[in-house]
Amino acid sequence: MASTFDTVAGIISEICGIPRETITPTSHAIEDLGIDSLDFLDVAFAIDKAFAIKLPLEQWTQEVNEGQVPSDRYFVLQGLCDNIDQLVMAKAG
Amino acid sequence: MRLEYFELVDRIVELDPDAGSIAAACVLPERSPVFEGHFPGHPILPGVLMIEAMAQTGGWLVMARLRFERMAFLASVKEAKMRRFLVPGQKLRVEARLLHDGSGYAVATGRILAERMAVADAEMTFRVLPFPNAMLRASMLAAAARVAVPAELRPDA
Repeated sequence: MASTFDTVAGIISEICGIPRETITPTSHAIEDLGIDSLDFLDVAFAIDKAFAIKLPLEQWTQEVNEGQVPSDRYFVLQGLCDNIDQLVMAKAG
Repeated sequence: MRLEYFELVDRIVELDPDAGSIAAACVLPERSPVFEGHFPGHPILPGVLMIEAMAQTGGWLVMARLRFERMAFLASVKEAKMRRFLVPGQKLRVEARLLHDGSGYAVATGRILAERMAVADAEMTFRVLPFPNAMLRASMLAAAARVAVPAELRPDA
């Protein structure tokens, strides 16, 4: 079974046309990979579908914009994957 | 349809916001400046306006689900296909179905039918954002009444 990171990296590679080997757990989706907000919507849609969850993008964006949390927590891939795992676990109860 | 005002939905005839489906009835005008240019001697609805009709129908669905607390802005269109010509006076059924209700975005499919034949289809993504101002929200609520969004879905009704 593919890890959360492998699944997310595959989604980003396919949707954004980024070579898979350049995507690492420490990559920042925006600053390192250059994913723009429109492509990120497609990535979020694919992640939501793949994991049967709903990424709370609005909440995350608000927290980052208000300076409550660094963007790394949600947009560095390891942080993103940790959050996905938590959402999957929460859904499973 | 008032093409020059970008009013492409005449009347919503089916709407189930919780199930995520909508259908609208529309009639192409007999005359419009749009047809004078597109094309002289061969008036047909531009494909971009077919996409706009599907986007507006999908937008009504997204906004109705949210009881008009937010505005749906078209963000992307994928796999748009225009399969047939649409001519002045033609009656259309425009449908949309919600594929995914995301956080701050929504994805829907759209379809246009004429005489039960598939005319166009596409997948659309909407950004779902707070209304930027009160004027737009009031305008959208007035338009919602015009296209017959049921009163129970409109907070002003």
